[in-house]
Amino acid sequence: MADLALPETPAKTQTWRQGDLIFRWLSRGCAFLVPALIGGIFLALLIYSLPAIKKFGVGFLVSPEWNPVAQEFGAASSIFGTVVSTLIAMLLAVPLSLAIAFFLVELAPPAVSRVVSTLIELLAAIPSIIFGMWGLFVFAPFLQAHVQPWLASTLGFLPLFQGPPMGIGIMSAGTILAFMILPFICAIARDVFLLVPRTIRESAFGMGATTWEVMYKVMIPYGLVGLIGAVFLGLGRALGETMAITFVIGNSHRISASLFAAGNSIASTLANEFAEATEPMYVSSLIALGLVLFLITYLVQILAQFLLRRLYRSWSAGL
Amino acid sequence: MKKLIWLAMITAVTLALAAGAQAQPLTLNGAGASFPYPLYSQWAHKYHELTGAKINYQSIGSGGGIAQIKAKTVDFGASDEPLKVEDLDQAGLVQFPVVVGGVVPVVNVAGIAAGQIKFTGDLLAQVFMGKIAKWNDPAIKNLNPGLNLPDQNITIVHRADGSGTTWLFTHYLGLSSPEWKEKVGVGKSVKWPASNSVGGKGNEGVASYVKKVAGAIGYVEYAYALQNQMSFAVLKNRAGNFVTPSIESFQAATANADWQKAPGYYIVLNDQPGDQSWPITGATYILVHKQQADAAKAKGVMKFFDWCYKHGGEMAQKLDYVPLPAKVVELVQATWAKEIKADGKPVWP
Repeated sequence: MADLALPETPAKTQTWRQGDLIFRWLSRGCAFLVPALIGGIFLALLIYSLPAIKKFGVGFLVSPEWNPVAQEFGAASSIFGTVVSTLIAMLLAVPLSLAIAFFLVELAPPAVSRVVSTLIELLAAIPSIIFGMWGLFVFAPFLQAHVQPWLASTLGFLPLFQGPPMGIGIMSAGTILAFMILPFICAIARDVFLLVPRTIRESAFGMGATTWEVMYKVMIPYGLVGLIGAVFLGLGRALGETMAITFVIGNSHRISASLFAAGNSIASTLANEFAEATEPMYVSSLIALGLVLFLITYLVQILAQFLLRRLYRSWSAGL
Repeated sequence: MKKLIWLAMITAVTLALAAGAQAQPLTLNGAGASFPYPLYSQWAHKYHELTGAKINYQSIGSGGGIAQIKAKTVDFGASDEPLKVEDLDQAGLVQFPVVVGGVVPVVNVAGIAAGQIKFTGDLLAQVFMGKIAKWNDPAIKNLNPGLNLPDQNITIVHRADGSGTTWLFTHYLGLSSPEWKEKVGVGKSVKWPASNSVGGKGNEGVASYVKKVAGAIGYVEYAYALQNQMSFAVLKNRAGNFVTPSIESFQAATANADWQKAPGYYIVLNDQPGDQSWPITGATYILVHKQQADAAKAKGVMKFFDWCYKHGGEMAQKLDYVPLPAKVVELVQATWAKEIKADGKPVWP
């Protein structure tokens, strides 16, 4: 019996080792797939945008001209729209989501906190095209009828709020974006706040700090690294958002000081114009726009890493 | 080494799947213009019920349709903008018109109903250039003495995506105004000069923006103006009459065009002669290769469009497209017989 059993044991080990080896190669392959994909996409973008880069050079980045008939292309209006709409979104979404997260962790009764948390996560699950349609049919008309006329009459002396209120435009695009990135920032911020040890929070209250002071001086510094991560996650999403923006931004190649005016973003220009672009220079310019977006997103990520590392050393107490 | 084996296995599986997909009853693939998509998909559905042949049409835009047929990834391409004869010859393509549609200017001004406001081509060009900025401008008032036009800014609504509709519309403005032709030009997307303008995606995007923005003017396919109950404008045609857009006025423009003398059916139905002709009318086209590799597939495409010409007219009209007159269909089918070949032999009839 023992004789028969003996040869089995090495065979088993053999298959185990082989399985291990396959698994190792498989996981290694998966891990390398990501850098390979990123490198490949970057190369493809670069190669296909070469004709436009050669023709327009650095001028491509600063020229506001976008004329398919004359085959003159510049990215300035698209970059402007992308940056401004993202900026509006961040200005609205960051304080709002921090406030919501703090409320959920520190102030709300547990039942309310549970319900609201779930709802916020649901908000993140809504497809962006739904936001776009809601923005176009409900939110933009609301802005046009109620918010923009009020802004024009009170702050109309600023160039930001001039021109006829159309509803659609940079302002509604930025606001819709804020709604879209809010759940991402908020969910992470809530988790970060939850990780702040109870004892620290309670000692702060115990020392007579107000709720505001606890949030501003204890919770935020403690979780700063996590919060910055949350903000950059939202930022990355806002920069590349396409469908919702295309619906409400107004799709006009123009740089205007007024937030009421129509504009466009890199992603919305691509979504709009790629299908019907036939001339090689037109296609190449659109791909060059894609390359610009790729680089902007990449730079933002690098900046985030850099900031995180610096903050981690100097500021953060906890995480 | 192991990596190579994996690669080989994946390739083998992919090839096997691809081979399996080909062994099916006649399936024809087409791609292109979005304007005729609702009609082509209805036709394809009905045709599938009757004959079992499957027609897949992907509405990816005219530019995409042209690129795909050139790359031979589809059996037929579709475009709203006709290709010039030299481009057709260079790519070895034949093009033929299928249905005709019209583009109509639509406005959103309080108190102005459909068919009330009048425009000439030149006035329309000036409005779209931003030279006329208010609805109560004397130029508009003089043409519309009976209308109560408000002191309101005009907002231009145009297509944000490249589109055959824009091509047709800007072509018409170019015909009507030399200044437009010189400063803006004709194209599937152009640089819109008016400072107060917004772009909507697709006909539905333009239609909804015009409806939302008070004082807006835009241009959409006739069907969208009807479905959305929009206030379309009346235009002065070449004969000097103010005509209302309708199936009849598109038909008039089609009938008065001289198809026989248009090589490659390159004919723009804008500004055609005839008392009732609507001045912004255009055909949508199908592109196929002259030299066909697969006779059965080529014949399948011809048969499908033959069926559409003969039996699809009623469905077309229901969706507000205008079928081609019978004599144009005869011309088209003579072209098929003459130009489309597989192994040196004509495919049709």
